[in-house]
Amino acid sequence: MTQAVRINDFIVRFANINGSGSASANTLFARAILRMGVPATPRNIFPSNIQGLPTWYEVRISESGHLGARAGTDLMVAMNPQTWDHDVASLTPGGYLFYDSTRPARKPRDDITVLGMPLTAICNDVYSDSRQRQIFKNVIYVGGLAALLDIEPEVLESLISEQFKAKEKLIAPNLAAMRLGYDHARKNFDCPIALRVRRADRVGDRIFIDGNSAAALGAVYGGATVCAWYPITPSTSLAEAFARYTKNLRKEPETGRLRAAIVQAEDELASIGMVIGAGWNGARAFTATSGPGISLMQEFLGLAYFAEIPAVVFDVQRAGPSTGMPTRTQQCDVMACAYASHGDTKHVLLFPEDPYECFVFGAQAFDLAERLQTPVFVLLDLDIGMNERLSAPFSWDDARKMDRGKVMTAAELEAGRDFGRYLDVDGDGIPYRTLPGTHPSKGAYFTRGTSRDEYARYTEDGDAYRRNMERLARKFTTAKTLVPRPMRRDAAQPTRFGAIYYGSTSPAMNEAAEMLAAEGVLLDLLRIRAFPFHDEVMDFVAEHEKVFVVEQNRDAQLRSLLIIEGDIDPARLVRVLHYDGTPITAEFIAGEIGGTVGTANVVPLRKARP
Amino acid sequence: MSFLPKPKLHHPELATNDIGFTRRDYEGAISTLCAGCGHDSISAAIIRACYELSLPPHRIAKLSGIGCSSKTPTYFLGAAHGFNSVHGRMPSVATGAYLANRELIYLGVSGDGDSASIGLGQFAHALRRGINMTYIVENNGVYGLTKGQFSATSDRGSTSKKGATNTDAAIDLVGLALQLGATFVARSFSGDKAQLVPLIKAALQHPGAAFIDCISPCVQFNNHVGSTKSFDYIREHNEAVNRLDYITGRSEITADYAPGEIEVVVQHDGGVLRLRKLATDYDPHDRTSALRYLQERTVAGEIVTGLLYVDPEPENLHQRLNTVATPLNALEDRLLCPGSAMLETLNAALR
Repeated sequence: MTQAVRINDFIVRFANINGSGSASANTLFARAILRMGVPATPRNIFPSNIQGLPTWYEVRISESGHLGARAGTDLMVAMNPQTWDHDVASLTPGGYLFYDSTRPARKPRDDITVLGMPLTAICNDVYSDSRQRQIFKNVIYVGGLAALLDIEPEVLESLISEQFKAKEKLIAPNLAAMRLGYDHARKNFDCPIALRVRRADRVGDRIFIDGNSAAALGAVYGGATVCAWYPITPSTSLAEAFARYTKNLRKEPETGRLRAAIVQAEDELASIGMVIGAGWNGARAFTATSGPGISLMQEFLGLAYFAEIPAVVFDVQRAGPSTGMPTRTQQCDVMACAYASHGDTKHVLLFPEDPYECFVFGAQAFDLAERLQTPVFVLLDLDIGMNERLSAPFSWDDARKMDRGKVMTAAELEAGRDFGRYLDVDGDGIPYRTLPGTHPSKGAYFTRGTSRDEYARYTEDGDAYRRNMERLARKFTTAKTLVPRPMRRDAAQPTRFGAIYYGSTSPAMNEAAEMLAAEGVLLDLLRIRAFPFHDEVMDFVAEHEKVFVVEQNRDAQLRSLLIIEGDIDPARLVRVLHYDGTPITAEFIAGEIGGTVGTANVVPLRKARP
Repeated sequence: MSFLPKPKLHHPELATNDIGFTRRDYEGAISTLCAGCGHDSISAAIIRACYELSLPPHRIAKLSGIGCSSKTPTYFLGAAHGFNSVHGRMPSVATGAYLANRELIYLGVSGDGDSASIGLGQFAHALRRGINMTYIVENNGVYGLTKGQFSATSDRGSTSKKGATNTDAAIDLVGLALQLGATFVARSFSGDKAQLVPLIKAALQHPGAAFIDCISPCVQFNNHVGSTKSFDYIREHNEAVNRLDYITGRSEITADYAPGEIEVVVQHDGGVLRLRKLATDYDPHDRTSALRYLQERTVAGEIVTGLLYVDPEPENLHQRLNTVATPLNALEDRLLCPGSAMLETLNAALR
């Protein structure tokens, strides 16, 4: 079969068995493509199991830099007999099937090319140790793929050398295994095949990291010193990354002791309780969790809101409700976080789009929490949290100082400054606080979840309660001016249509907008980065006849939030909802929006009016 | 119910302690609990203990959950920051506060509903983690604020004021604390100030997880015949294993007891515990025998009180986590933020 050559634009999917050591080999493959200057986006697709069950790793190679998911597989690396039928069926016509031909298989489809490499036989010949046979099988197939796809073996060699810098003994055997696969493919196949990687210059200075690690590094830079957490997929790697980073970056050189405390709590209630206790006592504290954890934290979050205690919560969202699909992605905790707890509550939410913003917001969340004296949620999801993604390099301004907010000092108290814990001195709704132990006789107060007056004295007086609730609402208005503003990108020409999106939907939305523009459907784009919504969000909605709200949940949670908070006519906001647990794709968005608008309908605003 | 400030008038000759404070400087607002409530006696004991130890009141952080007992931190140490948190969750808040600043003295006050029912999990985990705090449960075996329901420490077979019989087994917090690794475990009685004050003093100075189960009869709902937490019942069944005199490192030890009656325990900070033995065969350094003794006496219908277990060299959570000596809430920016040059190195490793 002869196929048209496709350079730097195809999808490779690895079908593996969980626990077989394929993850690092697959990452090596993705990184080699990036090193050749070609954007590549991997995604882990894994069921909720540890060992022996199927797992997939999908790499989208896109010289035009599209980092969103896309349907279809052009090359299947079928290493898992359990999923063979499914994997073969999912190949696009004209695609390639790469498999371990130690036990030859009958050609399963006529419209694909089958590439068999006897991986097990090669390994059995070369290695005697069973673990080595398993591990090096993965490296051998990466070598084979390099030959097939025209990936420079020198790039793989340098990556392997870097990876095992600390365990030098492992470099030579890994290099040999890679070469074994490379040479075998060169000898037995007509290399390269029609899918090819060609050196380009489209990666630039971008870095390759997962959002959870980036958020954890943001917490380190943001000055977090207390992390209390409870293991839950897909957030676990955030707390673990924080532990890893603090070990290197927060060690007191003279003593080897740590400038951070990390506690694995007994549950999420205790995690948030510890965060609140630490925040009350003046440390920057956070927890990392996912939807079920947010549910468990509800009562405490109300306390933190009402008692005005800084806290940072990283919620790496997964498909709910209940245990739902714990290893699948969604944006389904927006409502649960925005109005977390009983009574009238509202919380600050941040929506990072990629690892870069996970880092930026991960640090900024602590400034916001202390400035506003309230919980701040950073809403990641599994797609950006647990997958490595190409993103802008991290940067830091060394002149930047932590914003510790309104904390009254011993000197100010001594000088006779009036201290009312819940007194709105500046008119922004944010009162002053004191930290425990500040002054021998001034500034002590009692923190409680029950109502109190401006001087923190317990009261059930209705007026005092209402004044306090109104001040809290005023504080939330102040938050609008402090949180990250939305990012707007208008179409080349004026249009009646807009699209609002947030978080991990970004790359798919950007690509969809390009696809739609090519069909004549023009969209102005607004990426929301925080709640409460900035006035620009409401202006954007007012300026457009229809606004598509693109999100990854069933109930259009952000759309509801916009309607509630902005008093928007629901008819103006059109739902575009993807919620099967897979990452949203450009094709899906373009299909939904294109279907609603219809090309005939699209007349630029200026021409429509005389 | 409202905030009742106490008049700040002092007797001109009111005695002062080593740091110049009077007893009144350790008081809080006027209690709003029922007249005769055992909890008020515990508040008074806390005030006396802090005064006698000459602790600067503002260096104490007092934390509680929800319930009658958890209201009491308002009624002592008015110059200290207090945190009345969520029902059953004081231990986690105290843990976080302790992580943020290891230099304050943490006093957690809770009740039997707060710690043995809704908060049993957090009670257990705070003790096993070695939070350097004094954890007092004001144990009356009943829910007061909701008017008289049994709590998890109510004995099986005891009756409520309305006449209902408790059919569930009781949780013994002292037994749990011993099992879970608390390094100071005591039981006392709100009606026995001579026993309670030294125990609180010793617990406040203990550099690890110190737990005091203080039986504190509820005069309103659990002080009737048929209750096993009434003043009369406790007085009749109280079996103190020892009497404690707490002496700080600065004080001289005067021997006014016959040899063999007294055991002197030197704590890590130099503080001295002088134990006068009442049960001659009781060893407060042996967890296993303490548990056995406790269970035997419980079966015999006795309520064992006194200092039941102490480890003079406890290990606390900060030691286990290997955190720096400076409180984490006092670290400056430059010590926390690795800076742009380090970030460049990190970026380079991610390409």
